[in-house]
Amino acid sequence: MVDVVWLIPALPLAGFLLILLFGRKLGDPKAGYLATAMIGAAFVVTVGVFADLMSMDAEERRHVSTLFRWVPVGDLQIDLAFLADPLSITMCLFVTGIGTLIHLYAVGYMHGDERFSKFFLYLNLFALSMLVLVLGENLLVTFLGWEGVGTCSYFLISFWHERESAATAGKKAFVTNRVGDWGVMMAMFLAFQAVGTISYGGLNAAAESGALSQTTATAIAAMLFVGACGKSAQLPLYLWLPDAMEGPTPVSALIHAATMVTAGVFLMTRVNPVIAVSAEWVTWLIAIVGAATALFAATIAVAQHDIKKVLAYSTVSQLGYMFLAVGSGAYVAAIFHMVTHAFFKALLFLGSGSVIHGMHHEQDMRRMGALRKLMPITAVTFIIGWLAIAGVPPFAGFWSKDEILLYTYAKSPVLYVVGLVTALLTAYYMTRQVILVFFGEARWKDQAHAHGAHGDLGTHADPATDAHESEAGGTDGGQAADDHGEVHTPHESPWVMLFPLVVLAGLSIVGGALQLPFSSDLHFLEKWLEPVIEFGEADIHHTWAYENKYVLLGVAVVIAAIGIAASVMVYAKKKVKAVEPTILEQAWYYDKGVSAFMGGPGRKGFDAIAWFDAKVVDGAVNGVARLVNGTAGQVRKTQSGNVRQYAAGLGVGIVLLLVWFVVIRGIL
Amino acid sequence: MIAALEGPPIGWFDLSPLLVLLGAALVMLVVGALLPRWPRGLYAAFTATAAGATMVLAMVLWDDVSDQGARYLVGDAVTLDGFSMFATIAIAATVLLACLVTDDYLRREQLDGPEVYALYLTAGIGGIVMAMANDLVVLFLGLEVLSLSFYVLAASHRRRSAGQESAIKYFVLGGFASAFFLYGAALVYGGTGSVRYDEIVAAVNTTLLVERKDALVLAGVALLIVGLAFKVSAVPFHFWAPDVYQGAPTPVTAFMASAGKIGAFAAMLRVLTEALPQWRDDWRPVVWTIAVATLAVGSILAVVQTNVKRMLAYSSISHAGFILVGVEAAGHTAGEADPSGGVAASMLYLLLYAVLVMGTFAVVSLVGRTGDDQTDLDGFRGLGRTRPALALGMTVLLLAQAGVPLTSGFVAKFGVISAAVDQRSYAIAIVAMLASVIAAFLYLRIMVSMWIVDAEAGDDAREAVRTPLSTSLAVVLSVGFTLVVGFAPGWIVSAAEHATTIATAVAP
Repeated sequence: MVDVVWLIPALPLAGFLLILLFGRKLGDPKAGYLATAMIGAAFVVTVGVFADLMSMDAEERRHVSTLFRWVPVGDLQIDLAFLADPLSITMCLFVTGIGTLIHLYAVGYMHGDERFSKFFLYLNLFALSMLVLVLGENLLVTFLGWEGVGTCSYFLISFWHERESAATAGKKAFVTNRVGDWGVMMAMFLAFQAVGTISYGGLNAAAESGALSQTTATAIAAMLFVGACGKSAQLPLYLWLPDAMEGPTPVSALIHAATMVTAGVFLMTRVNPVIAVSAEWVTWLIAIVGAATALFAATIAVAQHDIKKVLAYSTVSQLGYMFLAVGSGAYVAAIFHMVTHAFFKALLFLGSGSVIHGMHHEQDMRRMGALRKLMPITAVTFIIGWLAIAGVPPFAGFWSKDEILLYTYAKSPVLYVVGLVTALLTAYYMTRQVILVFFGEARWKDQAHAHGAHGDLGTHADPATDAHESEAGGTDGGQAADDHGEVHTPHESPWVMLFPLVVLAGLSIVGGALQLPFSSDLHFLEKWLEPVIEFGEADIHHTWAYENKYVLLGVAVVIAAIGIAASVMVYAKKKVKAVEPTILEQAWYYDKGVSAFMGGPGRKGFDAIAWFDAKVVDGAVNGVARLVNGTAGQVRKTQSGNVRQYAAGLGVGIVLLLVWFVVIRGIL
Repeated sequence: MIAALEGPPIGWFDLSPLLVLLGAALVMLVVGALLPRWPRGLYAAFTATAAGATMVLAMVLWDDVSDQGARYLVGDAVTLDGFSMFATIAIAATVLLACLVTDDYLRREQLDGPEVYALYLTAGIGGIVMAMANDLVVLFLGLEVLSLSFYVLAASHRRRSAGQESAIKYFVLGGFASAFFLYGAALVYGGTGSVRYDEIVAAVNTTLLVERKDALVLAGVALLIVGLAFKVSAVPFHFWAPDVYQGAPTPVTAFMASAGKIGAFAAMLRVLTEALPQWRDDWRPVVWTIAVATLAVGSILAVVQTNVKRMLAYSSISHAGFILVGVEAAGHTAGEADPSGGVAASMLYLLLYAVLVMGTFAVVSLVGRTGDDQTDLDGFRGLGRTRPALALGMTVLLLAQAGVPLTSGFVAKFGVISAAVDQRSYAIAIVAMLASVIAAFLYLRIMVSMWIVDAEAGDDAREAVRTPLSTSLAVVLSVGFTLVVGFAPGWIVSAAEHATTIATAVAP
């Protein structure tokens, strides 16, 4: 089975091509089912490969399948090759598995959209790119997928591009990601220059054997981290992710929660030996950026009103957690959290999509409430997701978060405290969300009235909080349109949307069993990933943290309980007045600040450059032109101003060249 | 009696690629003028056949020189080596593709006649002579043949005033540049006593009369670079390019962007590395500076354009910057027995880019519709809906221009950047990567216009984009080549390396 690893990306590729050719003929919903079947088949193949790897000895679990020699020139040998090893197959399992569920969900969610088949075209293309990214055996193949997911993300965020905000959000994501791509390219060339290969095998072997100097390793690791920051939405490049919620909700779940945004964490884990031999400041940088992002985004999530924005900031925060793990050398914990996070965050996003669907495209939580009776399955599954992310045992998120905190404590107690505060805030804002959406009084009954006041509520927030408009471009256009004036009773979603919720809820409950802290026999994930991460993984045995891990476990439970209790006091019992300062709602004005800078001083800067160009450069050019004309006499009369200017430009160039050659190189 | 004037021995067969093109051009002009109008498409078919024959002959000769070694022809005026044959094949390929695109264009515009094709052939001859020259005067000859053909080609649409205006601009500025080039050649002759590449090198090596720091020669080098940099549209000698590219008929633009660049860059590489290697420390910083400026100006200004032809003109400037990165890399080891990969990488880039840009402009010429004037971004709106296959082809070509992996553009960019990294020119490699990052946005804008932007009222009233056979064939060929090279670049990279190794083996 392991020989057919190429089939895993080939199946979504087939789906992409089929929909490209026949998509419009298949239409709604057949194109969706076709796409789902393709990614589902890829999942089946992945399971087969996984079983095959399991049956091998741990050291042999590494299979490179080379499709062909891509660049076979001189000392540069690059293959289009896929690597099946525990790490890539773990990624594939949840990319295809969760991908299948989300494809299925989208069949229901996108029903009625006029570009239904195009949506699945992009979705399968995304799956293909993501699988190429994780399966790549060298940096170049990964980079191919890396660019692919970026492009698909751009297309899918601006899927409803009729809306200005969606188009802008897409562009923002694209531009921010290019900054990161640049980092990956740099790393690639550095690796080639230093090691002569860009295959992971060669690069990691060079790091492990000491052939890679610390300086080079540091540069490669730092550059890859720049790339990871862009893709995984870390400070200061996180800006695009909250805006990316402009895309349809299945996209948010698949790309901006479960899979693509974790690519940075994956890449860091893939090259963990390089990070291990690089200068220590790199790991500190990763850990601090991760911790800062986790805390920063969690504070913002506390004051958001848009149901998806809360989840978006929560995703940024949880990704920060994963980077904190990477920086602390806890690669197993990072992957563990990545997997459980994929379960529960996909669940929460899909649940929120179900709510939005049922509420006819209402996204403002202030106009929800008491939905648990009307949408029982959505409510139950969402609550499971909440318990998982809030860190309540025995749900999945508790175990992975605890594992990260354990390693973080060993790295630095300060970072541990930041992690704990983040965990507290997470429990707090998620409880707030659950209460506002599913409990309390049914505020949507005032909807007819609320719509009158809608403008006032919506205007102070950013465009996406303008909730009623936000998703209206998509599904159920007709129903959304007649929202005005009459109250719709929210309704439960169809089975194609509920089935994925139930499955993900199940996984969010038991996901923690992958890696339980009680005995080393229960460290399934660690044993499985060991061949990949053993070089970089921090050894925390014999630290205070490890010996007192049950104390830390207890602290985590208490913290989660405090967060939930506080939120219940504020939002359910209303004993305490809610603290939702505008500064948090506005995301610390960071986004506004950047935009203002770009629009204000930044813009002025550009204008100044333009002015400089127009006045000074052109002035100089014109000056020379006058000089040339003065001496050339009659030439002026026969030529248009334009050509004269061009010629003067030429003249400046010639003078500069002559000065260089004759004066600087010749005489001096 | 007067003794018969004895000419140098001429290897007629060795010159056959040039002779075939020349013969075809003469037949077209003479026979075309005497006979009544040929049936539709025959001019193009004839020209394309001549170009194809040239490619075959060049391959035969390439094989020959790899056995027999490189040699000088016609009294040491031109060099027959792998390098010149590689350039010949590339230029003949662009002539062939240009014919396919032009045939449909002329029909749409209700023009016909052999002149345009004859000019393609003469321009091709000029480009090949530039690449083969071993003599600054012969190089100038090639340069002028190429340039004069281009001036006329730019104005070849008699009813389009934009074309005429651009031709005049090009002519005036090109005249300047040629004059400077010629003056540079004269100064070099004054300083070294020869205009032959090998004798210039020998003059410094053997006679102690020539000092490397001789200001006369240095000024000559400066002016030679000006002339060549103008032709490749490098900053700050690029001003003509956007106007001319936009104004000229689209197939002609395609031909200028491809064949013109190949000829001029081939000449630049030869002059710099074969005639002036002793001055490499003098000219390499200049090439460095020009490359960086070209990358920056080309990429940044491309993004703010709204006319696709103008965008592609700036993008072509930015591509010239990439090739200059390769030239800079070649400069590190110019004149040494073991050359760097810079020459091979630049030549490969030229070939791959030429095919790419041909295909891209072929699509633009179709989208330009009758009148060749709907080349704004708006003209591309909805192409993905009305002509999905054409839009898909264009997407592949644009992705390749952006340098996305699995396309030929990536192979090209990877080649020059790794050549630079090999020579430890890290700064220029970083600038090149940044430029490709910026330029990607430009290609994306065109793609978005084709695929994502919705139709507006009145779009359906526009003339439909037709996909006639021969232009479609040109697009298919160019997309196919792009993908084949993208997936399996090994053979062509080795071919470029093979070609350039034969070049340096030439014995003076």
